Amino acid sequence: MRKQEFLTALKMKLSGLPKQEVEERLVFYSEMIDDRIEEGQTEEDAVLGVGSVDDIAAQIIADTPFLKIAKERMKPNRRIKAWEIVLLVLGSPIWLSLAIAAFAVIISLYVVLWSLIVSVWAIFASLAACGVAGVVAGIIFVATGNTLSGVFIIGAGFASAGLAIFLFFGCKSATKGIILLTKKIAVGLKKCFIKKENA
Amino acid sequence: MDIQLKRGLLDVCVLAAIKNEESYGYKIIKDMKPYLEMSESTLYTILKRLELAEMLTVRSAEHGGRLRKYYKITPAGLNRIEDFKNEWREVMSIYRFVTKEESENA
Repeated sequence: MRKQEFLTALKMKLSGLPKQEVEERLVFYSEMIDDRIEEGQTEEDAVLGVGSVDDIAAQIIADTPFLKIAKERMKPNRRIKAWEIVLLVLGSPIWLSLAIAAFAVIISLYVVLWSLIVSVWAIFASLAACGVAGVVAGIIFVATGNTLSGVFIIGAGFASAGLAIFLFFGCKSATKGIILLTKKIAVGLKKCFIKKENA
Repeated sequence: MDIQLKRGLLDVCVLAAIKNEESYGYKIIKDMKPYLEMSESTLYTILKRLELAEMLTVRSAEHGGRLRKYYKITPAGLNRIEDFKNEWREVMSIYRFVTKEESENA
């Protein structure tokens, strides 16, 4: 790939980002390629050395905060005409409520996901508490002469404690999984915004 | 390696690469190469971060009919390197303690 092809391809992939930032990145990569050529590499090798356009674009997008991308998408490329403003204002009861609803759906999905995690942890905590309470209560029963019930309650306590330990590992990996999922969704959302721009 | 830790380390590496004289992107990568491989994208992010933190300054100068960006360390950047050295003296001492336990058990 030639240098110009590389820069054009990268520009395309980054078109959802703020113009100035894209320009700065392109200048940076252009300088990198020129310096490699100056050192004696062929243009093709120099471009290869910098890395693949897809990898670079993916990393840049992952590094850019979501709000920055969204803001750039909201900014029109031309001046808005008067009738468009009128339409925007008149239509606001419809699009504004739709936007709020969409936003609310995303937020509530997120909340649901996390409340799931919280509830699993709560089960873990209650099992652990049952474990401790069962053993303590059982010992008290035994001490006051109620041996049979005491042994039964101690056993139940041990079972709860065992379940709690078992559940702890599940909780841990579930939490990790959700955090990973959240990150993936964020990257996916960012990509959505940028792909629309290219289309 | 822990991401937060690695990020801090790479920042200091880039500062060290421009510690003695101002340098440019490709030279920074080449100078670091014997010690660590850093991609252009990573370097860009770090340079931006360091510039925002005022640990280095950037100037564009003509070179062979084109512009090249040169990065120069600031007193704040030099301080960061010194802080790093002091922090790591402590870390190394902890490391020695940890491995001492291991070699005694072996």
